[in-house]
Amino acid sequence: MQAERAKSDTVEFDVRTDEMLINMGPQHPSTHGVLRVVLRTDGEVVSEVTPHIGYLHRSAEKIAEKLTVRQYLPFTDRLDYLAGMNMNLGWALTVEKLLGQRVSEKTRRLRVIIAELNRIASHLVAAGCFGLDLGSFTPFMWTFREREKIVDLFEEICGARLTYSYLLPGGVTAGPPDGWFGRCEAFLDQFEPVIDELHAVLTNNAIFIKRTAGIGVLPPEMAIDYGCTGPVLRASGVDWDLRRDGEPIYTEMYDGYTWQVIAPINGRYPDDHPYPPVPPEAVVGDSWHRFFVRMLEVVQSMYLIRQGIEKYSADDGELDKPIEIRKKLPKGEAYLETEAPKGQMGFMIVGDGSAVPWRVRIRSSSFCNISPLPELCRGVLIADMPAILASLDIVLGEIDR
Amino acid sequence: MNARNIYDLLLQPFRPWLLGHDFEAIDPWIEVSGEGLPEIARFLRDQDELAFDVLHCVTAVDYFEPDEKKAAKVEWQPHLELIYHLSSTKRRHRLVLKVKLPRWKDDRPGELPEVPSVSGVWSTADWHEREVFDLMGVRFLGHPDPRRILCPEDWEGHPLRKDYRMPTEYHGIQAR
Amino acid sequence: MAELLISISTPDWLAHIIAALVQCALLLAIALCSAAVGIWLERKVSARIQDRLGPTRVGGRFGWLQPPADGLKLICKEDIIPAAADHILFRIAPYISFCAVFCVFLALPFANGWVAVELNAGAFFLLAVAGLEIFGVILGGYASGSKWSLYGAMREAAQVVSYEIPLGLCVVVIILLTGTMNLVAIGNQQAGWFFNWHIFHDPFTFVTFWVYVTCAVASSNRAPFDLPEAESELVAGFLTEYSGFRWVFFFMGEYASMFVVSALGALLFLGGWNGPVPIASLLGLTPEHGAIGGWINTILGPIISMLGLTLDPAAWIGNLLGMCNFIAKAFLGMTFMIWLRWTLPRLRIDQVITTCLKYCVPIVSAMLAGVMLWSFFLPGGLFAALTQPASFPRSAWERTDSTLRVDGPQDVGEMQEEAGTRNVTALRSHAEHGNEGNIQEESR
Repeated sequence: MQAERAKSDTVEFDVRTDEMLINMGPQHPSTHGVLRVVLRTDGEVVSEVTPHIGYLHRSAEKIAEKLTVRQYLPFTDRLDYLAGMNMNLGWALTVEKLLGQRVSEKTRRLRVIIAELNRIASHLVAAGCFGLDLGSFTPFMWTFREREKIVDLFEEICGARLTYSYLLPGGVTAGPPDGWFGRCEAFLDQFEPVIDELHAVLTNNAIFIKRTAGIGVLPPEMAIDYGCTGPVLRASGVDWDLRRDGEPIYTEMYDGYTWQVIAPINGRYPDDHPYPPVPPEAVVGDSWHRFFVRMLEVVQSMYLIRQGIEKYSADDGELDKPIEIRKKLPKGEAYLETEAPKGQMGFMIVGDGSAVPWRVRIRSSSFCNISPLPELCRGVLIADMPAILASLDIVLGEIDR
Repeated sequence: MNARNIYDLLLQPFRPWLLGHDFEAIDPWIEVSGEGLPEIARFLRDQDELAFDVLHCVTAVDYFEPDEKKAAKVEWQPHLELIYHLSSTKRRHRLVLKVKLPRWKDDRPGELPEVPSVSGVWSTADWHEREVFDLMGVRFLGHPDPRRILCPEDWEGHPLRKDYRMPTEYHGIQAR
Repeated sequence: MAELLISISTPDWLAHIIAALVQCALLLAIALCSAAVGIWLERKVSARIQDRLGPTRVGGRFGWLQPPADGLKLICKEDIIPAAADHILFRIAPYISFCAVFCVFLALPFANGWVAVELNAGAFFLLAVAGLEIFGVILGGYASGSKWSLYGAMREAAQVVSYEIPLGLCVVVIILLTGTMNLVAIGNQQAGWFFNWHIFHDPFTFVTFWVYVTCAVASSNRAPFDLPEAESELVAGFLTEYSGFRWVFFFMGEYASMFVVSALGALLFLGGWNGPVPIASLLGLTPEHGAIGGWINTILGPIISMLGLTLDPAAWIGNLLGMCNFIAKAFLGMTFMIWLRWTLPRLRIDQVITTCLKYCVPIVSAMLAGVMLWSFFLPGGLFAALTQPASFPRSAWERTDSTLRVDGPQDVGEMQEEAGTRNVTALRSHAEHGNEGNIQEESR
């Protein structure tokens, strides 16, 4: 400051407009945690963006080298803390892949229900925070109200409200309590009209469309190149969902379900949805589409849960018990990606014959999804930054690990 | 296309760079040499029948046992392994590439091993290679922005190495 | 007030000072109360919109003591001035902001004649002084020594030049219609049934009203135009470095200015203190003393005169009703703004400027021309044109005989006539003197 003043004193008539470096985060309301983005701005226009991550780094991979795979499970909750169940599932499946173990059909049914419920919860947070980042507070409260009901259901099933540690490698310690599925269906029934309300306050809102349509366009080639996955990739028009295109150990969970991968193929969404039309201003791959894909995926998840409950109730099998705590891992490597709400979440376990993994690698979806940020934000206005960040739906726990 | 077919396809142009393979592993892999990596990567991406357009992950594994008693029992020589997980959205197949590196360049402790960067082929590699550099200490030649990514800029050492010792103090903050 | 004190043998100068102080205190109370009620209203309304209860404990069932409790908490906070801040400007900015809003209350009539200072150029004064609030915001943002605050201040500066123009034009439309800038006169011209309100005068004023609403929301920095604050983009914009009592001043200023623009809107378009049904004049609670008014005066008149006061109790009660009416309308406007804030996302700065300059200015200019033509050909307003088509050919230039009568209308039929004639006269005097003439006269 002092130096700047001294400099401007020597220039008698200074009418230059200078670029300004401005620090967005790590304590900024709309960086979804502790992301730090350094903006180079010329007035309101952002000319360069440099993300700095690592403020929430907790050595998750190093810790895994000291614990057995079951002991490590609670740490996976802390990755994407908004979708703990999906993180548990990814870890459990990777361990099973390494062990060459398959769980019973009934366990898989339960896993689908739980994972899809958590996907709804995560997408609700994404939608609510999107509204919040654009200055609309009310949808945030509405989505959190609905998420609260899902969290209540999870609390009933495992006792925890954020870090569930429920879907263990090999199975579950206890099935859902009596009447849980009834309450689950009751939730879905009352939740369905709420989606229309959210479409009314956000998707269809003229200001929302103005703020998001055509902002932060991510072309499909670039999305693939940067390894973007999940709704971010699908919103760019790439028909890719690991629940359908993944490895057999994961996709067999979804065998026999009727649902659709939501992606604007050639600019068109699957026709059967009764939801608002795409505004003419929206470009495939922009922030609006990323939001809309999530909203439609919530509906698909509801279909999946309904079918899952039906199938689970009709199944006479048993739920599998989890593996023992000090189960020895075979020598070898297993890498598995699952379709978490934010994108493809990958775990890799290198086993060395002992109970403790030699090395664990976590491939985070948000980590890849945020990496094109410098490209997306070149030349946008400062006000578009939160919109683009919100549309990528990042969780710092997962990025920094 | 499975790993064996892909290996056959690679055999013709890149025979000297293919150092090994295991088609029976849980995730079948092909080992290539570091110097040939960028060209093989470009070939894998651009060849129409391969079309590996997605790089999922770059992993580094440190094969080193600090405990001397245990070190006598292990069957491998100390080394670093880079693992590239690839897949294709078009052809819907998967492949694992491995590159073996010495733990230190020319076996001089403190000199980071080097490998060519593939960030020009897949942009995903940009941040992932930064992370591998940060946590495992591998220098990627030709990387556009070779900075640390998770640890602070002035952090010393590479925490995921097996012989890493946590510093006792960092900027006056007691760390142990 | 001053006359009252003089009448009980107080020196002239003392009487005037005391009167001024009392009136100031009264206005300050109104300003602060309006802000406090606004804050409470905001909490309650937003809570209902978001499926919450809002404050329920402080001060009984509806949490009506929440704003004072908030204030108390904020006063107890540590007063932080950043090291990089320009101390003097940082300190005075909140006061500038609040004082500007307070000054507006000076010229704001709450009922017929109930105004601290009745200015001939009331509308002009009000707009000008309300604009001063922005200086506080810009200075505060500039002086904070924070880049986010600076952005807030610059956005405010960009925004103010874009909304002040259409806002001013909206007021000009009404001034054109009424031929006066005196706010009391503007209010009185809308006496009678609700179709005498300027918003229903013709389609052009109706559109103008909505343009006014847009600009008024922008002028009080409320969502969707809360860009200077924009908490998701600029942390808290110009307020980033403010805390405790200084922050309270900005906050009070914001709510008071919400009240002011709502009140001005009510005054210019929604009949001011005149309710939708002229209860006061039907009951005779006017200086003319109708049925009940006369009755009240015969009872209370002797008592009042015994106290040595020159007061018309019936008219006074009528005014009290009018004031309730006026305040109710202003709070209705505030509720509308609160509703908007909790429903809409924020616009971007370029979109705000586009909205104000590219849409509002042309629309309101067209409305200005429209109102000009309308009041020339159909001076009686929309309702008169619809109900008395016979009066249509008797257009403006034929009606030269009427003069502006100050006495109130006796019945509904005459009231419409009244409105028509008044407008004609207003238009005429306007045309004769011209705008500059008026302003010069007033400035003299």
